Amino acid sequence: MSDVTVVYVPRDAASLSVGADDVAQLIQEEAGNRGLSVKIVRNGSRGALWLEPLVEVATPDGRVGYGPVGVGDVAALFESGFLTGGSHALSLGIVDDHPWFSAQSRLTFARVGVVDPLSVSDYEAHGGLVALRKALTMSPGAIVEEVTSSGLRGRGGAGFPAGIKWRAVLQAAGDQKYVCCNADEGDSGTFADRMLMEGDPFSLIEAMAIAGIAVGATKGLIYVRSEYPHAVATMRAAIVLANEFKILGADVLGSGKTFYLELRVGAGSYVCGEETAMLESLEGKRGVVRAKPPIPALEGLFGKPTIINNVMTLASVPWIISNGASKYEEFGTGRSRGTQVFQLAGNVAQGGIVELALGVSLRELVDGFGGGTRTGRPVKTAQVGGPLGSYLPLSSFDVSMDYESLIEIGGMLGHGGVVVFDDTVDMAAQARFAMSFCAEESCGKCTPCRIGSIRGVETIDKIVSGEKRGENLELLLDLCEVMTEGSLCAMGSLTPLPVRSAINHFPSDFGIEPILGGARDATS
Amino acid sequence: MTTTWPAALDEDIRNAISHFSQVEGSILLALQTIQETFGYVPDSGLNAVAETCNVSRADVYGVFTYYSDLRSTPPAPYLVKVCLAEACQASGSDALVSDLKAELGLDVHAKSRNEDAEVQSVFCLGNCALGPAVLVNGQLIGRATTAKVRAAIGRTK
Repeated sequence: MSDVTVVYVPRDAASLSVGADDVAQLIQEEAGNRGLSVKIVRNGSRGALWLEPLVEVATPDGRVGYGPVGVGDVAALFESGFLTGGSHALSLGIVDDHPWFSAQSRLTFARVGVVDPLSVSDYEAHGGLVALRKALTMSPGAIVEEVTSSGLRGRGGAGFPAGIKWRAVLQAAGDQKYVCCNADEGDSGTFADRMLMEGDPFSLIEAMAIAGIAVGATKGLIYVRSEYPHAVATMRAAIVLANEFKILGADVLGSGKTFYLELRVGAGSYVCGEETAMLESLEGKRGVVRAKPPIPALEGLFGKPTIINNVMTLASVPWIISNGASKYEEFGTGRSRGTQVFQLAGNVAQGGIVELALGVSLRELVDGFGGGTRTGRPVKTAQVGGPLGSYLPLSSFDVSMDYESLIEIGGMLGHGGVVVFDDTVDMAAQARFAMSFCAEESCGKCTPCRIGSIRGVETIDKIVSGEKRGENLELLLDLCEVMTEGSLCAMGSLTPLPVRSAINHFPSDFGIEPILGGARDATS
Repeated sequence: MTTTWPAALDEDIRNAISHFSQVEGSILLALQTIQETFGYVPDSGLNAVAETCNVSRADVYGVFTYYSDLRSTPPAPYLVKVCLAEACQASGSDALVSDLKAELGLDVHAKSRNEDAEVQSVFCLGNCALGPAVLVNGQLIGRATTAKVRAAIGRTK
């Protein structure tokens, strides 16, 4: 066979974590031994992490997938003629037609897993740079208006309308403005930022350049957490290429406009994902939360007007500019417009990335896409929105996954992470963990968070051990209120969400039973 | 893969960070650079950063002690970071922690250190659908077991 067959083996960290490098190497060797010519492209992950390593072969009918492929499967795949899409026990058929993928609305993640992450030509061949070229012909006000009317809200957790933030920075006076991308994705159960940075880094670069041009910022910084070494490496390599291809630099795509981009790495602090703590860290200081106002849009990095957006928020922008705000706005429900990149994690059979219009039910995500638990035991709860999100009981699983509906039931969408637990989980232990996590990661600036979290751990221990249960429960709920109302940032004020939800929905795990409006000691 | 670190000589430290004297707000960058170059930040590094960045040693010390990544002692050949966050808890990180202690002598909670490896806990490595997750010198391990960690730290038994 003289034709070269293109084989895709992901380079995403999750895929590498289950052996993708070994599989890629073995495919190359096996092809050599058989006198077959293959070109292996190391793409990002398609997001079906339970199928990783997911190997794809380019055929005239489309990309045929096989997964999860172990090194022990490679020889058999060659025997089955997988290079021409031959059938095998691991065959998934044409990946784009697989129901897990075809049921999704991949806008932000359209290229992730499809393209070679570090190929500018591949990026352009799949719609890359269309938005930046278009934005360079638009007035700054028109770009901001497009983002505003799309209804895009902050995907990092706060849900603040992106366009309004951009307008504030556009209108702010300043000799220097900045665009800061918050890639400090520290929430357990979330990995969309990481996968985008590893699978389609140019889209984030393009988005940040658009943001810079929209508000008159000439400098951008991406703050990536140190726990993401693969994302850091890929992003750095992409920035070098983007400078070479003049996507970045003194003359963006020949427009005469300037946008420089720099990557900074965190140093192991969760609270640096809070926007003002991130600014402090970017300024080289202790990552301590700032009091607001002033808002960062007016006084941000080094006191200058600054856009701060999460990776997912920014990465949604190119699609909006390319396709138009009204097209984006067609997705979603109520005031939650567009798509959300949901992340199915924890004890789930089919974990990974599910991008859908906001408004899908939690049940559809956990039972439908997720296929229930990996252990096969009944689902007990799902924590939605990261470590500061609520533990939702099965009776809430019909909730619409959008900003407002989740707040209504005492939860939050957060960064769109869904962590599934089976019936062996002890919710008192989870509540205790929430408090101890807060104690560990608190920046220490405000008392409710710094001291409250430690007292929270102690009080939960007392409740669980049966010491003055009623009194201590009351104390804990009071403490939760103080933390909610009195903390400077989400770390202290949202830690009570997982704690309260665990108590309210699973009181028996604490040795208490529910009563109207609260809970009381089951033994008293 | 282990890394071989050069000795942290005062002059070399100062050379490694000298360019930060011109960069605004570079205390953390300078500390990170020292650690990337020498594996840790020796006490003399704090003075070097203070002088290079033209700030007080107290300012540098404050930043140094805030970030859990920064360390004052050389690392063991293998640094094992075990995720203890919720998604990995749901996927059996507790059992993994017990096994690591019993089978490999790596006690996550005690941050134990052997000749070849030291272990610490971390909250989230972004591998939440393939937990429990462990990071060994930058190598991410999914569905982690003691056998996989053992291989990653180069032990044969």
